Amino acid sequence: MVDSLLRVTDLKTRFHTPEGIVHAVNGISFHLNEGETVAVVGESGCGKSVSMLSLLRLIPTPPGEIYSGTAIYRNDDLLKKSEQEMEDVRGREISMIFQDPMTSLNPVLTIGRQLTESLRLHLGMTQEQAEQRAISLLEQVGIPDPSRRLGDFPHQFSGGMRQRVMIAMALSCAPSLLIADEPTTALDVTIQAQIVELVARLRESLHMAIIWITHDLGVVAGMADRVIVMYAGYIVEEADVDDLYDIPSHPYTLALLAALPRVDRRRDQRLKSIPGAPPNLLVEPHGCPFAPRCEFVIEQCLAENPPLMSVGKNHASACWVAVKTGLPR
Amino acid sequence: MSDPTPLVEVQDLKKHFPVTRGLILQRRVGLVRAVDGVSFTIQRGETLGMVGESGCGKTTVGRTMLGLYPATSGRVVIDGDDILHARGRDMLNIRRKAQIIFQDPYASLNPRWTVSSIVTEPMRVHKLFSSDRERTERARKLMALVGLNPNLINRFPHEFSGGQRQRIGIARALASDPSFIVCDEPISALDVSIQAQVVNLLEELQDQFGLTYLFIAHDLSMVRHICDRVAVLYLGVMVELADRHELYEHPLHPYTQALLSAVPIPDPRKDRARKRTILTGDVPSPLNPPAGCRFHTRCPIAMDICRQQVPEWREAAPHHWVACHAVQ
Repeated sequence: MVDSLLRVTDLKTRFHTPEGIVHAVNGISFHLNEGETVAVVGESGCGKSVSMLSLLRLIPTPPGEIYSGTAIYRNDDLLKKSEQEMEDVRGREISMIFQDPMTSLNPVLTIGRQLTESLRLHLGMTQEQAEQRAISLLEQVGIPDPSRRLGDFPHQFSGGMRQRVMIAMALSCAPSLLIADEPTTALDVTIQAQIVELVARLRESLHMAIIWITHDLGVVAGMADRVIVMYAGYIVEEADVDDLYDIPSHPYTLALLAALPRVDRRRDQRLKSIPGAPPNLLVEPHGCPFAPRCEFVIEQCLAENPPLMSVGKNHASACWVAVKTGLPR
Repeated sequence: MSDPTPLVEVQDLKKHFPVTRGLILQRRVGLVRAVDGVSFTIQRGETLGMVGESGCGKTTVGRTMLGLYPATSGRVVIDGDDILHARGRDMLNIRRKAQIIFQDPYASLNPRWTVSSIVTEPMRVHKLFSSDRERTERARKLMALVGLNPNLINRFPHEFSGGQRQRIGIARALASDPSFIVCDEPISALDVSIQAQVVNLLEELQDQFGLTYLFIAHDLSMVRHICDRVAVLYLGVMVELADRHELYEHPLHPYTQALLSAVPIPDPRKDRARKRTILTGDVPSPLNPPAGCRFHTRCPIAMDICRQQVPEWREAAPHHWVACHAVQ
């Protein structure tokens, strides 16, 4: 049995807004082993980003509120740490990269200044040591002519290069866990392939665990060990990567896979679309959140929200119905 | 594809944007060659896909061929009318036949207008129907056609979700009864489960009304699904054009090959096993495109001739066009 790096139990996050309470994360539990890559997949508003931001305590409070749960990271509960203790965790133990590198980099500071800041802060390096380390980091992430580029500002880099700078920054203190929030969504496929390859290579050399948040079931297929599928603030399915694509067991996962056209296949029928739209999170969840859009729906689904239930080795699904037969479990 | 009269014919279309400096005395300091000589035809009822990385000029092609940007040079004929030289009433008539659906369903609908005003506007502009009552009646029918509840016609865009807004954009495009629609990344702002809904709607409308589409997208999987033929653009020029399955199964241009190998496949075993051609670097600036073949700076098989000579656009296999020195 491999060591567990992170164990999250019953995490709930909500936002108090003028329109009412938004139930963003509704009690999710999962674990992550050392060096493991887990993909968190779901559509906008499913709670995938909010749940990870909650772990790092980056939810603005108010309006946000983490009102239940524990997140045990190496024997300590992240949700009980003081703000000062969290500052030691962020960047040093757990790093995060975001979808849009332009908004996560400070536009008026040079890349060098931004890269060396955390090195001096967390690792107590001198400016000179930090600069040397920054150059080698930029080299590692494939930025040509790194010593000259240290003096450049974010706008002087292309989108792909900015994402590389972000990755260099996230890895500067050699974290044990990298949370990547849709890091390739804003990029072209050719650049996306470069970034995915880069992260996969760095993962090997640094032996770090990765949580990769994405809406694209394609991007993570080749690199994830396990996949967590989220819908309306719940985890609806969790499985080893091969099992998730071979035997998807939640109707939502099944529908998502069927809605995707494939670049490697001829297909002449219409795509299978999912009717309706994701639920309004202002409404207190009642029954299974996917029930209104589900083709397998039975009466029980409307009354009672199914918990995650084991359907195989390392494979769990939150559904009252066995999708293979269409009959209640 | 040898139908004698294609609905849309584009010949050597060019669109250059001047780059100026200075507020009052504007000096021209450069020229962005966004589209630099693109030619293609689209048959009636056909969907032509146009793919490439950001900055390759695909959106500019779509907008310039509808006259939304004045073209630098070239010829565009839509249903017998020369669009780039049309003025006044002629232009209005062409606009009725050629419409566009935009990428961002949030930015392309006026937030102060009701859906009714948005969808009836093309009818008012083109003086279709004699009364507002008839136009509203037609707008209600269009709403139902694109899968929206006609009773919501007096609501405002912000009251709809992204997918529903895109349906409003489609209803507006259909309002003037066009024969040709430029779909400029119509689904890339939408969630996966909603994308399939909108694509299916576009396909159903095409079957029902015999519509002709130019489908501009960067999602190569979706393009394979919806298009009949696919054109690949790089830095303002076309590098390959072929029937979809031919292009996806036997890509000839090294850029097309790299582009296709970068598309993720939602199948872990297959994705891990596959050999990738990962392009190094970014697309060069269209301000100063590389000499010879524009792709040579990133091409894994570039030869000396590629740096000096622009490759000829030729038919390498039946209906399969490519511009590359390395293709026999």
